[in-house]
Amino acid sequence: MSLDATYTKELPLVENNPPLKELDEIIALPTETKPNKGWWIAFGISSTALLIGGVSLFLTIYYGIGMWGNNQPVGWAFGIVNFVFWIGIGHAGTLISAILYLFRQRWRTGIARFAEAMTIFAVMTAGIFPIIHTGRPWLAGYLIPLPNQNGVWVNFMSPLLWDVFAVSTYFTISFLFWGIGLIPDLATLRDKTTSKIKKNIYKVLSLGWTNSNRNWSTYERAYLILAGISTPLVLSVHTIVSFDFAVSVIPGWHTTIFPPYFVAGAIFSGFGMVATVLIIVRKVFNMQHIITIDHLEKMNKILLATGMMVGFAYGIEFFIAWYSANTFEQFTFINRAFGPYAWAYWIMVSCNVIFPQLFWFRKVRRSIPITMVLVILVNVGMWFERFVIIVTSLHRDFLPSSWAMFTPTLTDLGLLLGSFGFFFTFLLLFLKTLPLVSMSEIKAVVEGAQPTIHPHPHSNGQHKD
Amino acid sequence: MIKKLLDKVKEFDTKDDTEPRSKKLYGLAALYNTPNEIIEAAAVVAGKGYEKFDVYTPYPLHGMDDAMGLGKPKIGFLSFTFGLIGTCSALLMIGWMMGIDYPNIIGGKPFFALPSSIPITFELTVLLTGIATVLGLLILFSKMPKLNSPLNDTEFMNNVSSDKYGIVIRTNDDKFTEDTVKNLYLSTGAYDVQEIFYRESNLTTKTPIFEKKFIGAIIGTAVITAVVSYFTINYVLYDIQPFDWMWMQARINSQSKSDFFPNKSGMCPPVNGTVAKGFLPYDYKGMPDSSVKLLANPLAVSKSVLERGQDRFNIYCSPCHGYFGEGDGRMKGLFPKPPTLHSVKVTSWTDGNIYHVITNGQNVMPSYAEQVSRDDRWAIIHYIRALQKSKNAKEEELPK
Ligand code: HEC
Repeated sequence: MSLDATYTKELPLVENNPPLKELDEIIALPTETKPNKGWWIAFGISSTALLIGGVSLFLTIYYGIGMWGNNQPVGWAFGIVNFVFWIGIGHAGTLISAILYLFRQRWRTGIARFAEAMTIFAVMTAGIFPIIHTGRPWLAGYLIPLPNQNGVWVNFMSPLLWDVFAVSTYFTISFLFWGIGLIPDLATLRDKTTSKIKKNIYKVLSLGWTNSNRNWSTYERAYLILAGISTPLVLSVHTIVSFDFAVSVIPGWHTTIFPPYFVAGAIFSGFGMVATVLIIVRKVFNMQHIITIDHLEKMNKILLATGMMVGFAYGIEFFIAWYSANTFEQFTFINRAFGPYAWAYWIMVSCNVIFPQLFWFRKVRRSIPITMVLVILVNVGMWFERFVIIVTSLHRDFLPSSWAMFTPTLTDLGLLLGSFGFFFTFLLLFLKTLPLVSMSEIKAVVEGAQPTIHPHPHSNGQHKD
Repeated sequence: MIKKLLDKVKEFDTKDDTEPRSKKLYGLAALYNTPNEIIEAAAVVAGKGYEKFDVYTPYPLHGMDDAMGLGKPKIGFLSFTFGLIGTCSALLMIGWMMGIDYPNIIGGKPFFALPSSIPITFELTVLLTGIATVLGLLILFSKMPKLNSPLNDTEFMNNVSSDKYGIVIRTNDDKFTEDTVKNLYLSTGAYDVQEIFYRESNLTTKTPIFEKKFIGAIIGTAVITAVVSYFTINYVLYDIQPFDWMWMQARINSQSKSDFFPNKSGMCPPVNGTVAKGFLPYDYKGMPDSSVKLLANPLAVSKSVLERGQDRFNIYCSPCHGYFGEGDGRMKGLFPKPPTLHSVKVTSWTDGNIYHVITNGQNVMPSYAEQVSRDDRWAIIHYIRALQKSKNAKEEELPK
């Protein structure tokens, strides 16, 4: 490859430098027009999946979780796999909106809103699973310390309870973060629309935002604070999810590497999902110069980096199993790679570690079709990672007489499909109702949008004479 | 029909009924084309000593706070305070629930262990910080919701929320006069100057719909109705007391009907030959003394066993046998007098023989198997042995 000057030059965040008004138009267009055929087809598919999920959910709640395939010794299977998978997807949004914000990565503006929305929908999807896994979801109120006639409290030493607090805090904070980001944009839409009904809806939702600088000043500080607290929050959430496993004594779960390994995996899978959807969205809504190929390339770099972290963790697990001289540990890992679930293990390794190595090549990083294939593989691989961790560790435990294989039931598969339906239905509705790129943020990073002079209060030359 | 309805909706949707404005001036607004113009204008307006003014931009402009002479935003203090409240309340909550109100041994750890409290403490700190920051930003610092601000629904607002930069000086500023302000705007390069009037509703005293009190009242009633109806419905339909859902379990209450069993009875008699716990049948029932081949007393002598034996003896045996087993009990004259338990016969008996008498009865003495459990019988025997000893103890056997 020849030395290219563009390697070192900071690329413009928005291509062609369009006037601000045009940016508004492009971003608001999907909210103003009737959905096209493509959207309806996508919506049809996702809502069908949602319906299937709804039926499975009904069966699960009506008959109980005996409808699922998990049983001794595989007591945790699809329910928890899906939970961890979706929570992981949710991590990219906060990473992009908070961590990249703190690192002053301004390219994040193009994709932040969308990724945050994804976070919210993914966490909502994830939240369903542990609640129905409790068996009696209508008693889920007891997950939080509620006074009751037995006088007992929840067990604050249990990672499962930490999970309750972590996931609900994560959802609340992500939602607030997303919500205050939307307020100025809703105000813009309010002042743009000609429909009275829409105007009134936007008016209420934007809470009467006036774009006043005195408000902007606090707004930006509040945004910074939220980014500051979201950063450790996002790391804590998957750390705590990993404690669900690491704090137990099952070989294959009981390892100290889990927290960083899970966080890296979460970011990896989250970026995979963001990229998958963005590639389609930027094309469908004609936003190629707001969500540019440079964005995708940067995301691919992050995918490469986190993919290798995950690969490193896979390696270390094997090393530690050998180094620990613990026969149970060693057996678990050999069983993982060469036992009856070897196919799942090798799908995981190839999708997460081997294929993403192609991102070393700039041509691949900037090729939309190849990226698309690779990121879909990342999604598949990361789902299988959770499957491998959970199911293969459980199916052959300490007592060979109780070894068994896990087979998902139709209800299991229906719920998995339904979770995608739930997620994508919300996402599609979001795409048609709210601006999927932050208008106020994108306008602020267009070339020439910021003043080049920085005066202090002065009375226009009167002091001079 | 539907078409008519749609037409109605469309007609409503496009009808322009923007709120009438009063004649009273709220402020003078100016619009600028570039960020540099507005930041310069803001610096000049601030420099001229105006205080009741604000700049309106579609996105935050870097350096605008300095140009307007604004201090640093104070919201950080609020966030910090609430973060601290979150930390403390989490620790207090966990400490009280786990350590004081319902202590439970979990994995041999102390009732309240700091390390395992860290995750939840952290989450609650973040939660409270986040909520306080957002609510503080919206309600305290931005005074929202302000749907009926005079600035909204104006040509001016349409511009500044898209791609223009505006400034407004309020009429209630001490230095405000229409001409000077207008000239100031034009001299700083404004391309348009607009008058902004109050809405009618801003001036009237009647509560507008969007008054904060009104919204608060609506939310308040909504929450209260929701909570009350939730509990009432639960109570009426399912007979569940608030916070008592744990009663509701899939189980059959005694005396109730069950469709599960063919005879529809919720209670099932035990299967034939069922032996209740602690009621093993006695092998030597009705047999003579000599056939009894019981092993030795299974209980070891200890203070608590002796005390239990004394307790049971005084309750069940003393009425006839007397407190010291001499046969002088309170039933004297009402029931055949039993022989003393200090006889050579009883002292030389094995424990098994006494056990047989208690379990089986002997002549007029009835069986006490129903009243006294097996272990208690053995404990009584230990106590009888102690009584016998106390009657015949030699001096050197006494404790010093
Ligand atoms: C209702 C009065 C009554 C009670 C209460 C009673 N006994 Fe007796 N017990 C008798 C009588 C009367 C005899 C003598 C029976 C006989 O003629 O062989 C007797 C006999 C005995 C004997 C055999 C004595 C011997 O020399 O043959 C023993 C041992 C004995 N009782 C133990 C107990 C113990 C231990 C209890 C308490 C669980 C107890 N009894 C409760 C009335 C009672």
